[in-house]
Amino acid sequence: MTAYCDRCGEPGVHEPCVAARQLEPPRFCTHCRRRMKVQVVPTGWTATCVEHGEVSSLASR
Amino acid sequence: MASILDHARIQVLEQGVGLDEAGILEVLQLPDDQLEAALQLAHEVRMKWCGPEVEVEGIVSLKTGGCPEDCHFCSQSGLFSSPVRSVWLDIPSLVEAARQTAATGASEFCIVAAVRGPDSKLMQQMRDGVKAIKEAVDINVAASLGMLSQEQVDDLVDMGVHRYNHNLETCKSYFPNVVTTHTWEERWSTLRMVRASGMEVCCGGIIGLGETIEQRAEFAAQLASLDPHEVPMNFLNPRPGTPLGDVPVVEPKDALRAIAAFRLAMPRTILRFAGGREITLGDLGTRDGLLGGINAVIVGNYLTTLGRPATADLELLQELKMPVKALSATL
Ligand code: SF4
Ligand SMILES: [Zn+2]
Ligand SMILES: [Zn+2]
Repeated sequence: MTAYCDRCGEPGVHEPCVAARQLEPPRFCTHCRRRMKVQVVPTGWTATCVEHGEVSSLASR
Repeated sequence: MASILDHARIQVLEQGVGLDEAGILEVLQLPDDQLEAALQLAHEVRMKWCGPEVEVEGIVSLKTGGCPEDCHFCSQSGLFSSPVRSVWLDIPSLVEAARQTAATGASEFCIVAAVRGPDSKLMQQMRDGVKAIKEAVDINVAASLGMLSQEQVDDLVDMGVHRYNHNLETCKSYFPNVVTTHTWEERWSTLRMVRASGMEVCCGGIIGLGETIEQRAEFAAQLASLDPHEVPMNFLNPRPGTPLGDVPVVEPKDALRAIAAFRLAMPRTILRFAGGREITLGDLGTRDGLLGGINAVIVGNYLTTLGRPATADLELLQELKMPVKALSATL
């Protein structure tokens, strides 16, 4: 379920955010809109919500 | 009257002497119909004074976010409402990032931290991290940790850090519009210490912070007077929540003019495509830059934003017949 935008944290899905996300990792948890801890490395990224766990580029590609 | 490009052909291409500020400004102001000629000349200058090799580098953030400084373009400042949270990379992940960077054929791996300058915790992480990388991976290690004391400069030399990045970001006259928590001169003094230590100096900045064309020329001339080993060229990628979050990205032709002008100001430096090239120039722009004076790239992701896949750049280099600079060539 995607309640919140993972780029701006507002409810819903936003075209400009989806486009920008091509060159950015997610910043907000889509379940609870908490800011996630995001680690970017040359070949990927991981983003962690204290409540909802980890998402990563490896899983989403 | 001879045009600036005729003049540059003699002074820069033949004699290897960079343009002065007035000449750089003329290049930045060239009309669109002379842009291709400017890029072609910048490419010839790069081929003559640097050669066809391209230096490939990966960068990683050891400590992200929560920086006390207020650089108005930066999503890692703790003073703005940016969504970037503070986080540290652990040493095994750092070594893995170095390993994956080396696997692309890169000769450089730069460790970056979002700080005013290092504290003892960060210096210890560096000591452990650089040692672990050197034991496991064949790659040059560079660092970018903000402003340094002389003791920290000496420590980094001891660790075997071969190059230090510290960007001036923009020209001296515009800097106070971009940063208020420290001065251009403070950055300059770290650069002097780095230079004196024998480490290679890497110093560049960001095009498109709201500076005028004249200030862009001023910046290139100031960089040239520093004579850095490497100049990373970033183009502003406006970050949500920062004071420059709504500034428009640089026009592609202006970005290319800046590349040509910087090369004609600094014929021998390693001129690196860094952040913002994807959003400013797209895929075609990477090719135009590499055929217009650029001779180094950051491959893969940046610190808080993503780049195009390393394979896309490596395939392009192959197509352009530009060999990746080997690690052995840098030792
Ligand atoms: S010192 Fe570096 S990390 Fe800190 S705000 Fe400035 S650019 Fe960002
Ligand atoms: Zn959004
Ligand atoms: Zn959550």
